Amino acid sequence: MLAPEPVLVRRCDTRSALLVTGLLLLGAGSALALWASGTTVLVTLVRMLVLVVGIIAAIAGLGRLARAARGKPVDVVFWLGMTWLVLILGAAALAPWLPLGNHDDSVAGLTAPIFAQPGGLGADYPLGTNNYGLDVLARAVFGARTSILVALLAVLIGTVVGGLIGMVSGFVRGTTDRVVGILSNALLAVPPLILLIALGTVLDPSIRSIAFALSLLTIPSMVRLARANTITVAQREYVLAARALGANRMRLLLREVLPNVVLPVLSLAVVMISVLVVAEASLSFLGIGIEQPAPTWGNMIAEGQGGVMEENPYIVVVPGICLFLTVFSFNLLGERAQKRWDPRSAKL
Amino acid sequence: MGWEISSVARRFLLPVVELLAVLFLVSLGVFLLLSLVPGDPAVAVLGEGRTPAEYDALREQLGLNDPLMTRYGDWLGGVLTGDLGTSLVPPQTAVLDRITAALPVSLELAVLGLVMALAMALPLAMWSAYHQGGRADRAISAVTFGLLSMPSFLIGLILIAVLVNSLDIFPRNEWVRPGDGLAGNLSHAFLPALTIALMEAAMFTRILRNDLVTTLHEDFILAARARGMSPLRVMVSDALRPSSFSLVTVLGLSIGRLVGSTVIVEYLFSLPGMGKLVIDAANQGNYPVVQGAVLVIAVIYVGSNALIDRSYGLLDPRTRRARA
Repeated sequence: MLAPEPVLVRRCDTRSALLVTGLLLLGAGSALALWASGTTVLVTLVRMLVLVVGIIAAIAGLGRLARAARGKPVDVVFWLGMTWLVLILGAAALAPWLPLGNHDDSVAGLTAPIFAQPGGLGADYPLGTNNYGLDVLARAVFGARTSILVALLAVLIGTVVGGLIGMVSGFVRGTTDRVVGILSNALLAVPPLILLIALGTVLDPSIRSIAFALSLLTIPSMVRLARANTITVAQREYVLAARALGANRMRLLLREVLPNVVLPVLSLAVVMISVLVVAEASLSFLGIGIEQPAPTWGNMIAEGQGGVMEENPYIVVVPGICLFLTVFSFNLLGERAQKRWDPRSAKL
Repeated sequence: MGWEISSVARRFLLPVVELLAVLFLVSLGVFLLLSLVPGDPAVAVLGEGRTPAEYDALREQLGLNDPLMTRYGDWLGGVLTGDLGTSLVPPQTAVLDRITAALPVSLELAVLGLVMALAMALPLAMWSAYHQGGRADRAISAVTFGLLSMPSFLIGLILIAVLVNSLDIFPRNEWVRPGDGLAGNLSHAFLPALTIALMEAAMFTRILRNDLVTTLHEDFILAARARGMSPLRVMVSDALRPSSFSLVTVLGLSIGRLVGSTVIVEYLFSLPGMGKLVIDAANQGNYPVVQGAVLVIAVIYVGSNALIDRSYGLLDPRTRRARA
């Protein structure tokens, strides 16, 4: 993510100096961030700035520690992101078996306090409750389950269908190619969110149909990428050689073209995951996606509207941070994947 | 002569035909999709608890008993003559009137957001590229990467929390039409437009910075510097234009995202634009409004992308030949 730091050997780069400054930065940064997140002395704006400064200092400290341990610069942000992904994916996968509070039973929520403030670890409601008395931590974890499941399903459908169509149309060319081109242009002609809203009018708001709707967003760009790569690969000598050896079209596609198209398509798929997580969140934020009381990060953030956010910031902050960190981490992963597997399209 | 005509046809007619084919498909898709809406439109109009005869009469009146393709033909005929049908839900006004009332709001927000984004992105990208690898460059890169990971409604909520609630600078949740005072209009449009702009600015900055870095290694930049031109002058007059190629491409692609964030921002700040129109209509199952609005948005979107496609020639003379 960050441009590589110029490697200069300075005197302060000795291992012990790195350890000491790293520990100091980490300690001071985390202390500052913790204080800023808890204090009520400052205005929101200043508080947020202090928080950001604290987090940056803590990450810089961690970077120094890692460098002292490994003996070379480490991309700490990337590894922090991957740690978050492992944590959130693990929690999402294991959600039903984790000791979590009530996430969607609003009848049982009647007996629970509403808008209980976050109590921290060990409290009855570690991250507080919402206006139905539902546990925000449990909702964030189950929300992750929905959001990520929907995005992964959609990417899977989009990659397989779009990739195959693109490969075939790039390989066969001719009329098929032209028809596929016009159809995918027509899908791209409606801005993504508008397409989703239009689909939302028709489809029932279940995980399956939202995943289907989202996959329609990924198909055209997958088709384009797979097609472009297939066209370049199909002109290579080894494909010609295979054809001369008597390989039929099926074999050419599967054995010669597919292995060379898979990696760029997969790297786009990783980037797509984060786009789709955002799209799903936007849809449920707008009240068109998965409906309350089933939690997703988007509809949890929507709960903060109408004055709730001002009284109980955690209602928005908890799902907001989950959403941001997840998208951020998938973006980091996607950027790495594109740099390695599809350097031409790694523009950002 | 024959060769010349066919080359002209290739350059100008073929894109137009393709464009029309795409728009035709979009209109067909929108129509077919929304004819699948679950529930009976007649119930949506009249409410429940009427006699079956009344529902039947209304269905007949709306033409819902005709075969699907006849209905599509009627609708398309109406669209081509400027009649997008009437809203099912009261007030039962013409869809076109609803759209012409909502469109200026969205256009203003989108254009304002785009202009603000460019105003932020150009200096940041130039600064970043000039100090390539330096501290400022890395900070800008980190901030823009972070912004790109934030959905626009999150950016909007943060701006509301910081600027409206704690500092109380900007008004919220109202809209003043430009006709009723430009100052009031701009002060209401500023925060929504800023929400839209931040994300686009992040994207533009990254793209432009990368291209500028490549351009700055070219010989003509060295020549300009050797002649003693100031860094700023070199940046603005020599490096910017050849570097804006990807930016323009991204600008075209970003219009789709721009429409999306305009929709979300309108919902968030409850502004009476196209986004609010579509969302409300979608929630009410008011399909003529959704059909009309989606079609209008698609036409604008496709049209602006086609314009951007044509503008490459202005930026880089080399492409005028290559694309012919």
